[in-house]
Amino acid sequence: MNRASLHRALSCLGIALLMIFAVGVVFLGSLSLDSPAMAQSQGKAPGNALGNVSDPEFWRQVRRGSAGTVSIPDKKAAVLVQSGGESWRVKRNGPISRYGAWGLVATVMLMVAFYLIRGRIRIESGFSGRLIRRFSNIEVFTHWLTAFAFIILAITGLNVLYGKYVLLPVIGQESFAVIAGWGKFAHNYIAYAFILGIVMEIVLWLKDNLPDRYDAGWLAQGGGLFKKGVHPPAGKFNTGQKMIFWMIIVGSGFNIFTGLNLLFPFYLMDLEQMQLMLILHSISGLLLMFVIIAHIYIGTVGTEGAIDAMRTGYVDENWLLQHHSACVPKKD
Amino acid sequence: MARMKFLCDAERCIECNGCVTACKNENAVPWGINRRRVVTINDGKPGERSISVACMHCSDAPCMAVCPVDCIYETEEGVVLHSKDLCIGCGYCFYACPFGAPQFPQAGNYGSRGKMDKCTFCNGGPEEDNSQAEFQKYGRNRLAEGKLPLCAEMCSTKALLAGDGSEVADIYRERVVARGFGSGAWGWGTAYERKS
Ligand code: HEM
Ligand code: SF4
Ligand code: SF4
Repeated sequence: MNRASLHRALSCLGIALLMIFAVGVVFLGSLSLDSPAMAQSQGKAPGNALGNVSDPEFWRQVRRGSAGTVSIPDKKAAVLVQSGGESWRVKRNGPISRYGAWGLVATVMLMVAFYLIRGRIRIESGFSGRLIRRFSNIEVFTHWLTAFAFIILAITGLNVLYGKYVLLPVIGQESFAVIAGWGKFAHNYIAYAFILGIVMEIVLWLKDNLPDRYDAGWLAQGGGLFKKGVHPPAGKFNTGQKMIFWMIIVGSGFNIFTGLNLLFPFYLMDLEQMQLMLILHSISGLLLMFVIIAHIYIGTVGTEGAIDAMRTGYVDENWLLQHHSACVPKKD
Repeated sequence: MARMKFLCDAERCIECNGCVTACKNENAVPWGINRRRVVTINDGKPGERSISVACMHCSDAPCMAVCPVDCIYETEEGVVLHSKDLCIGCGYCFYACPFGAPQFPQAGNYGSRGKMDKCTFCNGGPEEDNSQAEFQKYGRNRLAEGKLPLCAEMCSTKALLAGDGSEVADIYRERVVARGFGSGAWGWGTAYERKS
C-alpha cells in the first residue's frame, strides 16, 4: 500500500465518520429538542427564563384587559387593550340611537292620536271667572327652572347623540362644531340648574305625591282620561300626575348621578364603569324625554285651563272642581 | 395604495422607551401627553414582555364612529387623523378606543379636557402639509416627506415596525419562521380585523 492510497482510505474513513457523527447529532438532537441547551443552539432564548415559546394564555389575558406597568404618570395607560369601548359603541350607535329616535317619534304620534280621538279635555261647566291659588310663586319658579333646564339639556344631549346625522349635513362641519361645542358647554353647566330644580321639586312636592285614598278610585276610572264626564276625585295631584312626578324624580336621579360621573371622569369610576354611565345616561335621558313630551301635551294642548296653574299660580274654580275636587278650599 | 399599520414585536422590545422619546421630540408633543407609551407585562417576573403602543389606526375605527362632531377621519392610506379645530373635547373617542390612544391636555375636571391629541402616524392633520399651523397642532408630517413614523425608524431592536401593512406583515412572518414561534401580531386582531 503506497502512501497515496493510504491517504485516500483515511479520507474516506474520515468522511464516513463525519457523516455518522452528523446523523447521530441530528438524531439525538431531535430526541432532546426540549432541552434548554439544545434550544439555545437553535436560536431561541436561553433556558426558560424569558420563555422560548409564545404563551397563548399570556396574550389572552392582555386582550382581556389585564394591566402591566408603565413608567409614565398616567397609570391608566398600563392597560393595553380594553374591549368595553367597542360594546359601548355598538350599543350607543345601534339600539340606543335607533330605539331612541323611534321612541321620540312614537311618543309625539301617540299624543297626536290621543288629541284626534279624545280631543281637548275642556272645563265642562266653563270658566267661572273665579280664580283660586293653586301654586305659590316659589312653586311656579321651581317648575320653570326645572323645565327650561331640562329642555336645554334634552336638546343639547340629543345634539350629541344625533346632531352629526341630522344637523351636521345641513349646516356643515365648522358651524356644527361651534354649536356642538356651545351645546356641550351648556349641557355641562345648565346641569347644575337642573339639579337645583329637581331638589326643590322634591322638597316642595314630595309630600303631595305620596299615595292617598283617592288613587284606587282614580285608577279604576282610568282618570277619566278616556271618557267625557268622568272625573274621579283627586287631591293636589291626581294619580297620573303622581306617576309622572315619580318617573321624573327617578329618571332625573339616574341622569344626575350618571351625568355627574361623566362630568368628573375617573373620580369614582374606572373606564368600564364610565362606559356603563354613558349607556345609562342616554337611555334614561331618552325615557325622560318621552315622559316629558306627554307631560307637556297634557299640561298645554291636552287640558283646557291647566297651563294657567303654571303661568300665574292661579286656576279657575271650575277647573279645580273638575280635576282636583278633593283639594278645593272649603267655601264659607 | 399602501395601508399603513404599526406592529410591535413583543419578543424584541426591550423597554428602552426610545420610541416614546423620538415621538415626543419629533412632534413637539405637549407636556403631560404621551402619544406612544411602553407597557411592560409581568415586570421583573419570568416571561416579562414589553410592548410599545400608540394609536393603531384601526380599520372601522371606534373613535371615528362615536365622535359626535365627526372630526376624526381616515386617509387613503388608512391613517386615522382628526381636526383639533372641530374637536369639542367630549372624551368619547377615549371611551371607545381599545388602546387608550386619545389624550387630553387637562385631567378632566368639569369635563373640560381641551382638544384631543393622539398619534398621527407622523402624518399631521387636515392643514396644509408641512405648514407651520399643521406642525403646531399635530406635529411633523413625515409621510408627506416620504418618510415613515420616527418611533419605528428609531427603534434600536426593530421591534416596532411601521409602514405598509403587507410589508410589515411579511417582515414579521419571516421572523416568526426563523424563531420557530410567534406571539401573533400583537393588537392586529383588535385593530384591523373588525367586522364591516
Ligand atoms: C342633571 C345632570 C346632568 C349632567 C351632569 C349631564 C352630563 C352629561 C355629560 C357630561 C354628557 C357627555 C357629553 C358632554 O360632555 O356633553 C352628557 C350627555 C348626554 N346627556 Fe346629559 N347630563 C345631565 C342631565 C341630562 C338630562 C336631564 C338629559 C335628558 C333630557 C340628558 C341627556 C343627555 C344625552 C342624550 C347625552 C348624549 C349621550 C350619548 O351621546 O350617548 N342629560 N350628559
Ligand atoms: S387606536 Fe384608538 S384612536 Fe387610534 S384609530 Fe383605533 S380607536 Fe381610534
Ligand atoms: S374628544 Fe374630540 S375627537 Fe374625541 S370624540 Fe370628542 S369631539 Fe371627537
